[in-house]
Amino acid sequence: MSVADLAFYAFSTVTVAAGLMVTLSRNPVHSVLWLILAFLSSAGLFVLLGAEFVAMLLIIVYVGAVAVLFLFVVMMLDIDFAELKAEMGRYMPLGLLVGVVLIMQLVLGVGAWTQAEGAMGLRVAITPDMAQVENTRALGLLIYDKYLLLFQMSGLILLVAMIGAIVLTLRHRKDVKRQNVLHQMWRDPAKAMELIDVKPGQGL
Amino acid sequence: MTGSDFHIVLPEVILALYAMAALLFAVYTGKDKLTGAITWATAGIFVAVALWIGVAGAGSNAAFGDMFVDDAYSRFVKVVVLLSAAGVLVMSLDFMQRNQMGRFEYPLLVTLAVVGMMFMVSAGDLMVLYMGLELQSLALYVVASMQRDNVKSTEAGLKYFVLGSLSSGLLLYGASLVYGYSGTTLFSGIHQAVAHDAPLGLVFGLVFLLTGMAFKVSAAPFHMWTPDVYEGSPTPVTAFFATAPKAAAMALIARVVYDAFGEIPTQWTQVLAALAVLSMFLGAIAAIGQRDIKRLMAYSSIAHMGYALIGIASGTVEGVQAMLIYMAIYVTMNLGTFAFIMSMERDGKPVTSIDSLNLFSKREPLKALALLVLMFSLAGVPPMLGFFGKFYVLKAAVDADMTWLALAGAVASVIGAFYYLRIVFFMYFGKESEGAVSRMVPVQWAVFIAVAAIMLLGVINLFGIEAPALAAAQALVG
Repeated sequence: MSVADLAFYAFSTVTVAAGLMVTLSRNPVHSVLWLILAFLSSAGLFVLLGAEFVAMLLIIVYVGAVAVLFLFVVMMLDIDFAELKAEMGRYMPLGLLVGVVLIMQLVLGVGAWTQAEGAMGLRVAITPDMAQVENTRALGLLIYDKYLLLFQMSGLILLVAMIGAIVLTLRHRKDVKRQNVLHQMWRDPAKAMELIDVKPGQGL
Repeated sequence: MTGSDFHIVLPEVILALYAMAALLFAVYTGKDKLTGAITWATAGIFVAVALWIGVAGAGSNAAFGDMFVDDAYSRFVKVVVLLSAAGVLVMSLDFMQRNQMGRFEYPLLVTLAVVGMMFMVSAGDLMVLYMGLELQSLALYVVASMQRDNVKSTEAGLKYFVLGSLSSGLLLYGASLVYGYSGTTLFSGIHQAVAHDAPLGLVFGLVFLLTGMAFKVSAAPFHMWTPDVYEGSPTPVTAFFATAPKAAAMALIARVVYDAFGEIPTQWTQVLAALAVLSMFLGAIAAIGQRDIKRLMAYSSIAHMGYALIGIASGTVEGVQAMLIYMAIYVTMNLGTFAFIMSMERDGKPVTSIDSLNLFSKREPLKALALLVLMFSLAGVPPMLGFFGKFYVLKAAVDADMTWLALAGAVASVIGAFYYLRIVFFMYFGKESEGAVSRMVPVQWAVFIAVAAIMLLGVINLFGIEAPALAAAQALVG
């Protein structure tokens, strides 16, 4: 067994175990921490596949931003998870039954798994030759050229998400003073201030 | 990307650019004061693009390496989607403004949803399908909770969002299985890969795909979200949910099963037939106990989706043609019905209970008559257009040797007729009670009366819809 094989088994075991712990741990903050571990080990799997750019993205974007944001949200939400779990317990037997049936069917499906002729070739044909082109460049060729339509559509989806977040949460409160930067800059000392010479012994 | 690719997606690009430009413009100028102007402008652009697509479009064109397909089929559905969205927008403006929901983002979110639907019906690739579906759904989740201070509206949005995400997950899982088997996400590639045989794993993928899409058309047993979302959303949003997205998602199902899995019809006709039977009976039976007209329309739409699915399940050109005609008629009927539901109010507040229609004919004879026509049409009573929709799909099923399916459809329509006719009964012979009045702005009145007139006059030649629907069906199946 080579080092790469060993690394693969190590990373995949950790990924699966961490994924399991995300759902099993009682404390939601721990769940998020397990999630971060799962992300890190899947980044390792990507490196083994030769996709170093995706691996870095996974660490920078998912671990660095998304998971940390999750952590904050989970810590700030005031939800009694124990109560939610108690509620869930009532449906557990039915859920388990459905799950077991589904797993049995999927085992049947995967057990009889075949590929169409030439499927492997089609799959490889999408990307440029990885020996010639480095990762980042290959991704760029796909995203900005072949899949330009998809790239733009995902941009539209993000735009909708942004509009949605603003529509559903932004409230213009009338009773607070707002800062108006231009107003502040246009302020003229000559008009805003009045110098008065107050004589001693006299009021205004 | 080349210039010709760009030329083929031009309608979608124009709508997306319009949405962005109008958004920027409104944010930097009048904001919600511009809602009226933007709503009318959006509707105008929808109609203009629909006319352009309908008149100028010709032939079958593929763009972006077959990922985007522009053919007679997609054009037919796009015209239906655009016109119905325009209709919903103009008739809902007054309702939105009177109920403090006159946000300028609403017409723009609808525009982006419509762009998503246009991509859905033109999808030639699993990835484009998913992107279009998400673009549409995400905009719909937001507009469902548009009335954010109302608990029911936010509940509707949240429910729709959670269940919608679940269905997207199922769809993606199916897509990954299909990709795993065929090695490509292009429909044309999948079509070739499944030509020889369809192993179990691929059928799994197909079933998961169908499940995800059945959720979007709210076919039973994936309909659970529909009544709550329809009831909780603001009425104009419900009107939108019941029209354009249904037509687009139904067209998407036909697109996927024919373009990608056209070689193995035996694998999907039985699934679609089962969905159809369940939807028709569930829609017909569960609606009987409803007291809220929006919930009733939700069950009614579930039943109608069942009939449209019969068309696809029969697996013939006539079946797809019947489905297209059925969806066009269904969308028109719902436009008219919702124009009326939006206008129902008591003491200045919108009401949706069926009891409030008691003896409505005494108060407003003309509107009661128009609503009677619409209810008869929804029920499928012969002289109205709704009957012809049902007739076409049932005939397609009989011609495809699926007589049992047609019989089930006929039985379900008899059961379903009960609750439509009950509304008519309340209007004409109900008991004395505090009733609703119908306050319509001219646009709503025009849509309402025009749709009722269409339901009667369509008997003559269905407004010539058969020929374009046939051309569309041939483009898809042929």
